[in-house]
Amino acid sequence: MYKIAVIGDYDSIYGFAVLGLDTFPVSELEEAEKTFIKLATGDYAVIYITEALAEQLSRVIAKYKENLMPSIILIPGISGNTGKGIEGVKKSVEQAVGSDILFSNQ
Amino acid sequence: MAAKQVNPTRMELTRLKKKLATAVRGHKLLKDKRDELMRQFLDLVRENMALREKVEAGIKDANKNFVIAKAGMSEQELHSALMAPKQEVYLETSKRNVMSVDIPVFEYKTRTADENDIYSYGFAFTSSDLDGAVKSLSEKLPDMLRLAEIEKACQLMAVEIEKTRRRVNALEHVIIPETRESIKYITMKLDENERSTQIRLMKVKDMMLEEAHHYKEKMVNAEEA
Repeated sequence: MYKIAVIGDYDSIYGFAVLGLDTFPVSELEEAEKTFIKLATGDYAVIYITEALAEQLSRVIAKYKENLMPSIILIPGISGNTGKGIEGVKKSVEQAVGSDILFSNQ
Repeated sequence: MAAKQVNPTRMELTRLKKKLATAVRGHKLLKDKRDELMRQFLDLVRENMALREKVEAGIKDANKNFVIAKAGMSEQELHSALMAPKQEVYLETSKRNVMSVDIPVFEYKTRTADENDIYSYGFAFTSSDLDGAVKSLSEKLPDMLRLAEIEKACQLMAVEIEKTRRRVNALEHVIIPETRESIKYITMKLDENERSTQIRLMKVKDMMLEEAHHYKEKMVNAEEA
């Protein structure tokens, strides 16, 4: 039985707690990295992470990219959409096909 | 171009021929795998993109609603209202095999049977905007989980496609031509050896006949006579 985690700054994620997801508000980078690693190696199948935080933790996130679990999904934070999530999808296409043939005009 | 040094022997030739047959077969299989993976990947990634746009828009709306809700009540009240969540979501995971790539399949369960049992606060002291905000976010949950499933699948498939593509290319452009070249080299070398043996035998035969019958002397004598 796996759980779902949400990690990011408090204002962006506090709403998810109501749905029954485990929220982990973090404010400092170092603390965020530690928390993230703990989550990624723990009982969480899905980790939602705000785009802003993901950008800072991209090095750590890359390590878990090829594992089956957890699936790390970027979500926009309260301060708006940085486009990092869409960029991630484009990157997969680029990796698979060689160039972005589907969404390059978006 | 025989870049690699090969022994021009019959045994090596048989070995190389077997290797070529395996390589050609492997190349065909891997190419099929790549094509099928690519087909499924493209379908999936399109869905991924559409879903992501939907989820991002949904979360943006929900965030907006939360900001409005927050404006209508004090921060302490809001925090205490959301402090003790009623609902919990669990995931039952399994995996599905798509062309040798394991992709996750999630099935989610809520702790209480009623999925809408999410309001963890009394309605007396909270603004109605908060109800709307919570509702709008909870409506996005199934989509968010589906997104998690698909996006992970896309990432895993992309990695596998890249690997397979490299293998196909390595076989097609390096291993198979190199083996063909080596086979050609050995065949020519063996043919050459055979011809030189043949000539040598003919020469030896001539010499032995000469030894036995002394044709040259006879020819010279016949001319003199």
